[in-house]
Amino acid sequence: MDFTTQLLIAAISAGTPLLLATLGGILTERAGIIQLGAEGLMLMGAVTTCIVYIRSGNLLLALLSAVAITALLGVVHSFLCVTLRANQTMSGLAMTLFGSGLSAYIGKPISGIPLPGTSPKLDLGVVKQVPVIGEIVGRLDVLTWFSLLLVLVLHLLIHHTSWGLHLRAVGDNPATADVMGIRVQLIRYSYVTAGAALIGLAGADMVLAYAPTWNEGLTAGRGWIAVGLVIFARWNPLRALFCAYFFGALDSIGFRIQLLGSAVPPYFLKMIPYVVTILVLMYLGYRNRNKPSGTPESLGTPYIREQRF
Amino acid sequence: MSPKPGSDSVVLKPLPMRSGRWYSLRLEYDSSRTRSPWWTPVLSVILALLLCAGFIAANGMSPLVVYEKMLRGAFGTSYGFTETMVKAIPLLLCGLGIAVAYRISVWNIGAEGQLTVGAMAATAVTIYFPDLPSFWSIVLMLVFGTAAGALWGLMTAVPRTHFGVNELITSLMLNYVALLALDYVVFGPWKDPKGFNFPGSPVFTAAQSLPVLGSTRLHIGLVFGLVAVLLYYLMIRFTRWGYELRLIGANPTAARYAGIHLKKHIIIVMLISGGLAGIAGMAEVSGVTHKLMQGISPGYGYTAIIVAWLAKLNPLGLIVTSILFGGLIVGGYSVQTIGLPSSISEMLQGAILFFLIAGDMIHRFRIRRSA
Repeated sequence: MDFTTQLLIAAISAGTPLLLATLGGILTERAGIIQLGAEGLMLMGAVTTCIVYIRSGNLLLALLSAVAITALLGVVHSFLCVTLRANQTMSGLAMTLFGSGLSAYIGKPISGIPLPGTSPKLDLGVVKQVPVIGEIVGRLDVLTWFSLLLVLVLHLLIHHTSWGLHLRAVGDNPATADVMGIRVQLIRYSYVTAGAALIGLAGADMVLAYAPTWNEGLTAGRGWIAVGLVIFARWNPLRALFCAYFFGALDSIGFRIQLLGSAVPPYFLKMIPYVVTILVLMYLGYRNRNKPSGTPESLGTPYIREQRF
Repeated sequence: MSPKPGSDSVVLKPLPMRSGRWYSLRLEYDSSRTRSPWWTPVLSVILALLLCAGFIAANGMSPLVVYEKMLRGAFGTSYGFTETMVKAIPLLLCGLGIAVAYRISVWNIGAEGQLTVGAMAATAVTIYFPDLPSFWSIVLMLVFGTAAGALWGLMTAVPRTHFGVNELITSLMLNYVALLALDYVVFGPWKDPKGFNFPGSPVFTAAQSLPVLGSTRLHIGLVFGLVAVLLYYLMIRFTRWGYELRLIGANPTAARYAGIHLKKHIIIVMLISGGLAGIAGMAEVSGVTHKLMQGISPGYGYTAIIVAWLAKLNPLGLIVTSILFGGLIVGGYSVQTIGLPSSISEMLQGAILFFLIAGDMIHRFRIRRSA
């Protein structure tokens, strides 16, 4: 396998958790609620997967528990932001801090124990024989295929169905949506919860496909990178696909360069994804300074019926 | 409460009572009630303790035993109490910096990185100017530490003001960059040649260490913290800058119409915020660890966010909350002796913040009986 093929495979495997988390963030923020808890949710998803998988040996059960636990946290986030109208920034931050504390606490006993298996790969038969593509495609696991399918589904949902129209209406102008008979609170609760569950699944994917044991703080800021990617992707699932794989490539390129025997200290190579996130966001801010950024209009403002504007 | 003219207070009109129902309760939301009562922080701490008691019990331990152990470890002995105070110093300095920024809704979560570069810059002084007399060495370390922290803060402020980049993302990404840079220097160029190959800078000389109180580990950084609190309190109350800051915090739109330059203020608060965290980093290496190494901060920068929020960004309240959380960190270490991970204190911190932000809002709701 040549360098490019290896890099592509690594980019997709590192990019899948980012993609899932970004899609979760897009769903949440399209409904008008800021999602800054991604880091904590990913950690909770990862630790739940590890604990259940090691204890029960059942992968499906592990994934379902991860989704259930993070969905529950999503309900908490919606309760704070939608019902109590609390500060959405602080609520997300609380989620991150609580998630990293709780995951470190409950994950301590299983820290460093290898998982009984990784996520299964689809057997594609003939496709595997195709030279380069087959090599890449043959290595994709179930969650990667699921994330790809999800990109398509979410794209169609958001832009081509009446549900998506309702979602966008709630995110852009909840007052109008309310007048039109759309249940703003219900929609916000549903999408925040679904988004949180997806971010939890991203955490699960991280331990299954990427780092096959649990370690404290395992996500190392990838949840925050996903928060940046939501902006980078301009709240659009199709763009999210490219952005996530681009960052997946950045994430793995440092390691690849190191393998090639580069003289640059590894610490600087590890900085690449973090520094590039900032630079890319700065570039986007500069380029879009006079253009709409794609931000849902009412992102971060709680909706209060009967409030005069 | 009737709506005040000009305010955006909301009183829901009572719905007509449905016939045949003997009750008619409704939840009333009043957004004009912005001052939360004193008991919400206390209540949120109690509720967080109860929630985490559940997790501890699920782990097969008695929550009462664990909490008693933590309390004893942090405040029960004079050694424990000075340790608590030692931990409170960086929390106070970082928390103060965070409070300054949050006052005008600049969400700096990069205190961890700002503290780290502060510590690195202070160590750079000891490495490149090893033979300075005590006074000048400390002063130079302080200046370098502050400047490095402020520069790190500036790197968060400028993308926000000139490129519209969310400061949360920038400041957090810079935390990871700072920690990797720390790894680089302690494994690479600044590694102690006599350190048996352990990562870390050479141990500071007495001239490069902050004075301590008697034979304890409590160092003069506490005075830095208290002076900073006093200065901040006075400047917020009595200067034009403080007035403008309060105005932006209270009503950003009004502040903009009054001709206050928001971008300038974002840059100033981030310089102060980073600078204070930088001082904390300098005090940590020079006063506590006496050398630069990995893990100089057990997440002070993140804990300080909760410290600041629990104090409701009030400088005097910060003194109380930073001692409380210093105790929480020390208590977290002391439960390790009975086989529990110290991350128990992180879990408690996160839970406290959760209940705190809910508590900030809950008093705005009232249950009323409809007429």
